[in-house]
Amino acid sequence: MTGETVAFWVVAAALLASSLAVVLTPNLFHAVLYLAAALVATGLVFLLLDAPFLFGVQLLLYAGGVVTIVVFAIMLTERLVGERITQASRHVFNGGVVAAAVFVAVAGFLLQGPATPPRPPLAGDTTVAIGRALVGPFAVTLELLGLLLVAALLGALYLARTEE
Amino acid sequence: MSLGAYLTLAALVFAIGLFGVLTRRNAVGILLGIELMLNAVNINLVAFARFHGDVAGLVFTLFTIAITVAEVAVGLAIVIVIFRVRRTVDADRLDLLRG
Repeated sequence: MTGETVAFWVVAAALLASSLAVVLTPNLFHAVLYLAAALVATGLVFLLLDAPFLFGVQLLLYAGGVVTIVVFAIMLTERLVGERITQASRHVFNGGVVAAAVFVAVAGFLLQGPATPPRPPLAGDTTVAIGRALVGPFAVTLELLGLLLVAALLGALYLARTEE
Repeated sequence: MSLGAYLTLAALVFAIGLFGVLTRRNAVGILLGIELMLNAVNINLVAFARFHGDVAGLVFTLFTIAITVAEVAVGLAIVIVIFRVRRTVDADRLDLLRG
């Protein structure tokens, strides 16, 4: 067992446990906190895959940004204490069957597929490669992404504003 | 670890997220499930990028993360508007379009 293998199993266990907690805990506010843990664990998976820049982006945008605005949305729509925040799930059996079927289908596809290639040696710093790709072949896509973000945030502002 | 281990992990997280989307009744809870599913996709993209030595997967992960942030912002704005109109975010009771 190399260090990477041990780290993978630890991170995978943390990711799966926190993901299960997100969908199973009855308290919605706790679910968001577990989601933050799951997002950090995902970032650690990125780190295991030699993508430290994406780890940083994941922490800043997901674990920082998304969790914050979800917490605000819950505070605006639910009471943090008392009966209303506890949410019973519905159709648990049917949902479980569908989710298990999807996983079995994907896992069967993975088993049938060709043997996975070995991990190639790292070709230079991935952060530098991402930066070059963003201003090279993906420059137009990057600009479109900026446009999308502006449009989405303006739309969100428009939707959530109070009537004057 | 092999590529298959990462892909299996991502498939498990995706299935868990799908379970959350199907069983949650609160609209914010459904959004949390969608977040988990998108995360699983990101793991797949990064794993393929690493094992094939192709930077495109990393760039696409960056794009999906940014798009997800925009999606969450708009989705939560819609949830807040719905709450203002109906005083609930229970997906079972949001049947305005049911005619």
